[in-house]
Amino acid sequence: MGFTSGRTNEGLGRRDVIKRSAALGLIAVPTMSFLSACASSDGGSDEKVEKGTKSAKNPLGVNETAALEVVIFNGGFGEQYAIDAEKKYNEAFPKAPKVKHSATEKIQSILQPRFNGGTPPDLIDNSGAEQMDMGVLVGKKQLADLTPLMDAPSYDDPAKKVRDTLRPGVLEMGQFDGDPVWVMYYAYTVYGVWYSQTNLEKLDAAYPETWDEMLALCEKAKKKGIAGWTYPGKYPYYLPFSLYPFIAKIGGREVLDKIDNLEPNAWKDPAVKAAFEAYYELFQKGYILKGTPGLTHIQSQTEWTKGKALFIPNGSWVENEAAPTTPGDFKMMVGAPSSLDASDKLPFGTVWASGGEPFIVPANSKNPEGGMEQLRIMLSEESSKNFTQKVKSLTALNGGTDGLTLSTALQSGVDVLAKAGENVVNPRLQDWYAKLQKEQIGIAGIGEMMAGRATPAETIKKIQGFADAAAKDQSIKHYKHQ
Amino acid sequence: MQHGKYRFIVGFLAAPLALYAIFVIWPFAQSIYYSFTDWTGLSSDFQMVGFDNYSRMLDDDIFWKSLQHSVLLALLLPLVTLGLALFFAFMLNVGGRRRKNAAVAGVRGSAFYKIAYFFPQVLSIVIVALLFQFAFNPTSGMLNATLKAVGLKSLQPDWLGDPDLALYCVMVVLIWSTVGFFVVLFSAGMASIPKDFYEAALLDGASRITTFFKITLPLLWDTVQSGWVYMGILALGVEAFTAVQVMTVGPGGPDYSTTVLPLYVYQTAFRDAQAGYATTIGVGLLIVTMLFAAIVMRLGRRERLEF
Repeated sequence: MGFTSGRTNEGLGRRDVIKRSAALGLIAVPTMSFLSACASSDGGSDEKVEKGTKSAKNPLGVNETAALEVVIFNGGFGEQYAIDAEKKYNEAFPKAPKVKHSATEKIQSILQPRFNGGTPPDLIDNSGAEQMDMGVLVGKKQLADLTPLMDAPSYDDPAKKVRDTLRPGVLEMGQFDGDPVWVMYYAYTVYGVWYSQTNLEKLDAAYPETWDEMLALCEKAKKKGIAGWTYPGKYPYYLPFSLYPFIAKIGGREVLDKIDNLEPNAWKDPAVKAAFEAYYELFQKGYILKGTPGLTHIQSQTEWTKGKALFIPNGSWVENEAAPTTPGDFKMMVGAPSSLDASDKLPFGTVWASGGEPFIVPANSKNPEGGMEQLRIMLSEESSKNFTQKVKSLTALNGGTDGLTLSTALQSGVDVLAKAGENVVNPRLQDWYAKLQKEQIGIAGIGEMMAGRATPAETIKKIQGFADAAAKDQSIKHYKHQ
Repeated sequence: MQHGKYRFIVGFLAAPLALYAIFVIWPFAQSIYYSFTDWTGLSSDFQMVGFDNYSRMLDDDIFWKSLQHSVLLALLLPLVTLGLALFFAFMLNVGGRRRKNAAVAGVRGSAFYKIAYFFPQVLSIVIVALLFQFAFNPTSGMLNATLKAVGLKSLQPDWLGDPDLALYCVMVVLIWSTVGFFVVLFSAGMASIPKDFYEAALLDGASRITTFFKITLPLLWDTVQSGWVYMGILALGVEAFTAVQVMTVGPGGPDYSTTVLPLYVYQTAFRDAQAGYATTIGVGLLIVTMLFAAIVMRLGRRERLEF
């Protein structure tokens, strides 16, 4: 029996053929555009907006009618500070449409396809666990050089360039090799050992300036059923926040530079061993809160604000992030790493402080001038103060805290910076080699050691192996301290 | 009358085949193509690098660890899940005490149990993973609190923070969340087995275990086999990825103890910006999945029973 209804001998009529090919066409057209949006698509948008005219009020030459799109990492600092600054942008350029704002925790999942397709937004806060690899972005020429912004007059004082208003080290952090500035770090983070003044006073103690005092205090706390330390065991790459400056303090900042440069045997430096052994002792003597290796950052911070542990290695975002669980009388403070002994190369007070919240302007964005102008607005004293008040963190703008009543945590950060003076270190592993720093050194190395599953000697050997492999790996770009 | 047949078939098959080619075959081909490049995923310029990615993969410890964990999941998860589901389904449908007028019946309250078992299925795996993350919290989680309450205070594991336990914690969650689906599936299968078979077995004095192995299991074999493949693919793919990503340290840790192939693909592509290498690992995953399906179909082949 035939299948074709026996109507004709031809099987299909002309009409059917036309109908069917039309249907196929309907499917095929969107499919092709879908495919062309895939990897092999030709990157680079040709639809950049035209530049506006430069003037004293508009030094970057922003097109006054062009749209601006900003994507913010919605993490410890939230997004409100950016929304406030975007309002300023709209006030400055009333003819432009309202700034298109979005905030996400998933920076990479959302933005990677847009970079790949050549249609990224104009300004991005490339931060958080899903940070896009800045080294790759620079290497693949995906970022706009921010030098025009750095050379533009600052928002508050036309006689000063933006670059002259920044805190020391911030601009250099945004460079990779040579002069171009690829990244503008907006926040200024103080890393160190965080504690509660109130809880120390309850134990009749002051912040321990030497390791012996630290051990004695932990012992005292232990007797009262309080742990000395806790840390985010699920993300043990928080430990370096106090461990790296501790290493620099013991052996000098060259030790950290060698580590950053991935030099052979950099981790075998005696200073690293001494620091690791000191931290390992915390575990051996039972000064680490039980269960810590299974805690997230939020959970460990909560245990800490509940007073179950005295110290936690962290960055200055912790004040804002832990705010929901922090008691009113907690008196949160940050301290520089304690001295190991008298032969330490750097004095007590040596601390890790550096830029946080890396903002980038993609090279292929439609309105890069607008993105830079938005950054210029954010670096004004008014926006900077707003940020500091809203999220309890310093910004890259030097000063900008005058006349503000600071919280104890923020004030202690300012004090620690003042005390450190020259002795601020800035290890670069976490922005140069994210995988090495977080997954290999942090989780597989230090994390295992602090959970008591590896000795310092084994850990150093393991980490040196990871570092050597990273140095040899041709698929990642290598950097050196200048 | 016959000579229009093939044109007609081709006419009707063209659209689905084209769709299949575009959305299934073509992405696979593309992935295989990209696995020979150094594409970063962040920009569209890349070069062919030949077999570099493949030789790198064979030397990559983390790849082998992920493979090992994925294979372990693909073997253990279906075994435990389907075993439990078969047991539960049998108890719910035929395992009960004999009652009046019914030769076979489930245990008391079986209708309720069926819903209770199925309930986790309506929750997204992400929610399930988040909930269990709280239960596994070593300081304030339910599990350690329970241990403390029953006087096992000295026994307070770090659960997800312990490399020896973490992968098994993830497995427990996956089993918990999928077993209900198979209970319902197997119950449906068992309901279609004629009651006379059971009655005959009872008259002959067969025990429950004999009934299960001689009647239920053989007649349910096709369902079990598809369940096995389905469960294996869940274990190799998306469900394992989600649970590991949400629950474990790192994620993928501590010390790479829970990393699985799809997670490693994801991390390589989206954290390390090495999309080319990630597609290479993806091709590895494709081969493992196809081998798994082929082996299960081969081993499971047996004569079809009609009833």
